[in-house]
Amino acid sequence: MTGEPLLKVQAVETYYGNIRALSGVDVDVHKGEIVSLIGANGAGKSTLMMTICGSPQARTGQVIFDGEDITRLPTHLIARKRIAQSPEGRRIFPRMTVYENLQMGAGLDNLKYFNEDVEKIFTLFPRLKERQSQRGGTLSGGEQQMLSIGRALMARPKLLLLDEPSLGLAPLIVKGIFEAIKKLNKEEGLTVFLVEQNAFAALKLSDRGYVMVNGKVTMSGTGKELLINPEVRAAYLEGGRH
Amino acid sequence: MAIASENNVQPDVMAKAIKEAVFAGVVAFCMFLLFVGIETYQDINNQLVWRTRWGLLAVFVAVAVVGRFVTVAFIKPHLDKRKLAKAKTGVLDISEEKSFFHKHFLKIALVFLLCYPFLAMMIFGRQGSLKYVDNFGIQILIYVMLAWGLNIVVGLAGLLDLGYVAFYAVGAYSYALLSSYFGFSFWLLLPMAGILAALWGVILGFPVLRLRGDYLAIVTLAFGEIIRLVLINWTDVTRGTFGISGIAKASFFGIWSFDVGAANNFNKAWGLPSSSVYYKMFLFYIILALCMLTAYVTIRLRRMPIGRAWEALREDEIACRSLGINTVATKLTAFATGAMFGGFAGSFFAARQGFVSPESFVFLESAVILAIVVLGGMGSLTGIAIAAVVMVGGTELLREMEFLKHVFGPDFTPELYRMLLFGLAMIIVMLFKPRGFVGTREPTAFLKERKAVSGSFTKEGHG
Ligand SMILES: Nc1ncnc2c1ncn2[C@@H]1O[C@H](COP(=O)(O)OP(=O)(O)O)[C@@H](O)[C@H]1O
Ligand SMILES: [Mg+2]
Repeated sequence: MTGEPLLKVQAVETYYGNIRALSGVDVDVHKGEIVSLIGANGAGKSTLMMTICGSPQARTGQVIFDGEDITRLPTHLIARKRIAQSPEGRRIFPRMTVYENLQMGAGLDNLKYFNEDVEKIFTLFPRLKERQSQRGGTLSGGEQQMLSIGRALMARPKLLLLDEPSLGLAPLIVKGIFEAIKKLNKEEGLTVFLVEQNAFAALKLSDRGYVMVNGKVTMSGTGKELLINPEVRAAYLEGGRH
Repeated sequence: MAIASENNVQPDVMAKAIKEAVFAGVVAFCMFLLFVGIETYQDINNQLVWRTRWGLLAVFVAVAVVGRFVTVAFIKPHLDKRKLAKAKTGVLDISEEKSFFHKHFLKIALVFLLCYPFLAMMIFGRQGSLKYVDNFGIQILIYVMLAWGLNIVVGLAGLLDLGYVAFYAVGAYSYALLSSYFGFSFWLLLPMAGILAALWGVILGFPVLRLRGDYLAIVTLAFGEIIRLVLINWTDVTRGTFGISGIAKASFFGIWSFDVGAANNFNKAWGLPSSSVYYKMFLFYIILALCMLTAYVTIRLRRMPIGRAWEALREDEIACRSLGINTVATKLTAFATGAMFGGFAGSFFAARQGFVSPESFVFLESAVILAIVVLGGMGSLTGIAIAAVVMVGGTELLREMEFLKHVFGPDFTPELYRMLLFGLAMIIVMLFKPRGFVGTREPTAFLKERKAVSGSFTKEGHG
């Protein structure tokens, strides 16, 4: 990879009160890549995601997006730089319909491209089209995840952050969602930064990957390299294969 | 088979009903023993003494026993049977064939409201209608407006505001003070009061809006009290607990006045007999128009980005931020908009009463307005309006219920039991409709045609 990365996380340390959750994390994501971050529960993966979005903000280090330092920007302004997130736990609006949830995602352009984009989302996830007037809170887990990703895509993001999209979902649905991500990346050149515990599926999908342990990045490489790396296999893959 | 089993069940139900009725009686006895059974008063020597009121206590207990018996023995089996029948047919009774009344409810209601003062006058005569236009009509509409205003803050944006009455007070005192010190007219002061209240909304909102839920509720509660205490203690300006009296009436858009002595008196100009009922009718239409304005703005805003952001904010603040919504600004606008309508209502209140004092702006008012919003189903304008009619109208009706004195004895003052009415309504609504009269949220956007929202058939977990 050459040239400036789209997202550059540089020596970032993030604290919750006095507890250090990230200690000197460096991560690069280049334009058009799918990069995944794997690690055990509590390693700090979600914290890194949220630090990129500015809540909580990094105490030291820098987050640079598209050549601009966004470390100290408030969350909503970071989102306006077109970093969209499907957060951990999906966080869709439960009392709003699927359609309204998607509308909320398109707020940055004031719904200018809404009609055309919503058709795209409905082709990507036909299930959402069927369920468009159903309340978000009554969707199944898989549908909620599709909605969460769909809502993030409505913002026409330059970078899509996905925090554990496979969490609690049946393998077949996970496969469908990962295929959708791959398709977006291939056909539209969407840049994706993906956090996963489902290491096998994530690394197979990704161009590159990082391994995080206790708030530090301990390993990085291409998806293929990490998949055959004995340490990674021992820690995250053996027995965990879906 | 169903019939046979029902017959078997019958005696069981009776036995159960009697048991539960006795139990309810015992509970009622213990509960009311001190509250109702014993009364304290001061005797001629100014000493606090007490006497018993066994008769009244017996009535209370009897009501509990009979009520519980009827509920368990008749009402509950009836409801269960209906539910069972419905489940058997497998048909959900929704949408499609709504009755004419149901479909055109809002139009009918509006036409009725427009004719209401004239109807009242036709039926009860000029003086007789005063009560219906003023005590029922105007009083209820003021609460409808206040509740709709608070609905923007609580129902849409999900910010629990326990001090809403503060903005009502700001509006009322803005009108009272600016009108008596500077002689500004109602039509100038109405928007000014709204703007001032909105300004206070922003001033209050700015420091507290980073708080959430319970904390916000407590701070707004304190704010409401602070405003009231300032009104009481800043006697140079507000005249303290004496209040401000002789506040100018609203004029007919500056053309005619409703002051009896004025040259351009409305009644004289139109050759009407002198009676305050015409002024009340005029006020009725003003508050009706203000209510319509509130409803219109609420409905329009819900379809606009800011309104959508309010509703999203209520659901998930973190998600909102990650979608690029400035949550602080969004909350502030909700607070200010709600406050503005409170301010309008306040200035109207001052013009109607001709008198304001801190008495009118106690915490209980905030609680009543909030109760109306909650009972109506947060977010639903229709539900809230119905709740206001039931609760405020019910309170006014209580005043009318002189016949209760025959049941409970001559020193029974029915309106003192107004909170009982609220409590009862709360319990009934929360039992049968936990989300308020109109608990389902109406979506604001659809792809092509309106479809029945299938999600409304299923129970929602929370949110
Ligand atoms: N809001 C918070 N307050 C305090 N500590 C937190 C908070 N969120 C996460 N942590 C802690 O930070 C560490 C990393 O958590 P997290 O980023 O959620 O891990 P992961 O997503 O990799 O499972 C954990 O030890 C967790 O307990
Ligand atoms: Mg996590």
